Amino acid sequence: MSNGIKRLQTPVSILSYASVVGKKEGEGPMNSYFDKIFDDSYLGEDTWEKAESKLQQTAVLTALEKADLLPENIDLIFAGDLINQCTSSTFGLRPLEIPFLGIYGACSTMAEGLITGSIAMSAGVGEKIVATTSSHFSTAERQFRFPLSYGGQRTPTSQWTCTASGAIVLTKDVQFPQVTGFCIGKITDLGVTDANNMGAAMAPAAADTLVRWFNETGNKPEQYDAIVTGDLGIIGSELFCDLVMKQGYDVTSVHKDCGVMIFDPETQDTHAGGSGCGCSASILCGYFLPKLRTGELCRILFLATGALMSPTLTQQGESIPSISHLVELIGTVNKT
Amino acid sequence: MKVSRELYSDMQNQVAPKSKSYKNIPLAFVIGGLICVIGQLLISMFMSFDFEQKEASAWASIILVGASALFTGLGLYEKIAKHAGAGTLVPITGFANSISSSALEFKSEGFILGVGAKIFTIAGPVILYGTTASIIFGLIYYFIR
Repeated sequence: MSNGIKRLQTPVSILSYASVVGKKEGEGPMNSYFDKIFDDSYLGEDTWEKAESKLQQTAVLTALEKADLLPENIDLIFAGDLINQCTSSTFGLRPLEIPFLGIYGACSTMAEGLITGSIAMSAGVGEKIVATTSSHFSTAERQFRFPLSYGGQRTPTSQWTCTASGAIVLTKDVQFPQVTGFCIGKITDLGVTDANNMGAAMAPAAADTLVRWFNETGNKPEQYDAIVTGDLGIIGSELFCDLVMKQGYDVTSVHKDCGVMIFDPETQDTHAGGSGCGCSASILCGYFLPKLRTGELCRILFLATGALMSPTLTQQGESIPSISHLVELIGTVNKT
Repeated sequence: MKVSRELYSDMQNQVAPKSKSYKNIPLAFVIGGLICVIGQLLISMFMSFDFEQKEASAWASIILVGASALFTGLGLYEKIAKHAGAGTLVPITGFANSISSSALEFKSEGFILGVGAKIFTIAGPVILYGTTASIIFGLIYYFIR
């Protein structure tokens, strides 16, 4: 381990995964990849916060069900979300009675959970460890922006918080896909103050983490089938590729962004793309992990990106610090 | 990171799309103007029923505010506002929307600490500075009339 970068001597195996999303995400281009799509944005609950809790709980239970596991078989769960005090995680997971460690990395939480989960697994803390996160459009809007029915115009750079959740079960047994290494992000801030331009705020964090990974490991972009960023959106993706290019690596041909993939901006009016913890989590669990398992993809980098903002600090004139954690994943088929 | 804040700011300006002012401004003008025309029609209607000008204006405002709250509740106001922008924000209907949307939103936290405490979250600044400005201009008017 040096400077937050680690190649695992013994890779950590992924046993199962699940993605659950809301109606709008279910109408997007990725709709056939999700395990569950909820048409009711309240999920049968009476408040948005309870709806998000249920969303995350459903993701975890679905991932367990796919591996024939029960909550009591899980040794530890890492979970976090965007809502103050991470209540979507704590209230959603409350009935499951799994030993719980809360984490916060804004929209980078899925990568943070995978990293902390892998560290715990390598340290022998447990045999089955879960990492999960969620976001909900309505809980995020009311916490970070305006009431839902307030008549405002969204700026062209704004992103749409996904109603989505993903959960991953790590196991001690050998399975594919596997986590083979990671790079813990640094808090990065290039002075973006516009809370409606998160992609631009987060792009430098993702670029910094990726370049550090390449420099340290000596790996090259062409060794990967995909370099997947979390939720940079259309604008952030362009800036990300530019920033990485300026530092000597061309990733344009292998770069994918979950925020760009999840919506169709033309028909779904989502402006710069999707965002939220659940965006990268659901795309990773719904699209990339299954493709690693089937062998369609051999090796990818997953860089979830988070804007560590608070409405209070933004109002005080502060710029938006961001973070991006990288996870290296390999599939069933080794790349030759 | 080798990229400076200044350079990054330039990079952003190059890629960030601009607001579509050529579309937004005319739409705001037309829809905002339409709301004002409806207001004027209401005033004329009430005056034709022998209401005084002031009374007719008050009734027109009440109807517009009521309609705006109803549209907000039905989820239609945000859909119009998405296209109209300032056209639905500036007239009295925008003020009504900011209050009724807050009321709906914070209902889940109860009537005291939810609706009661947060109903003026958006409208609060308008009320505070609107009232303050009217006092100041009232005093100026009083003394220099």
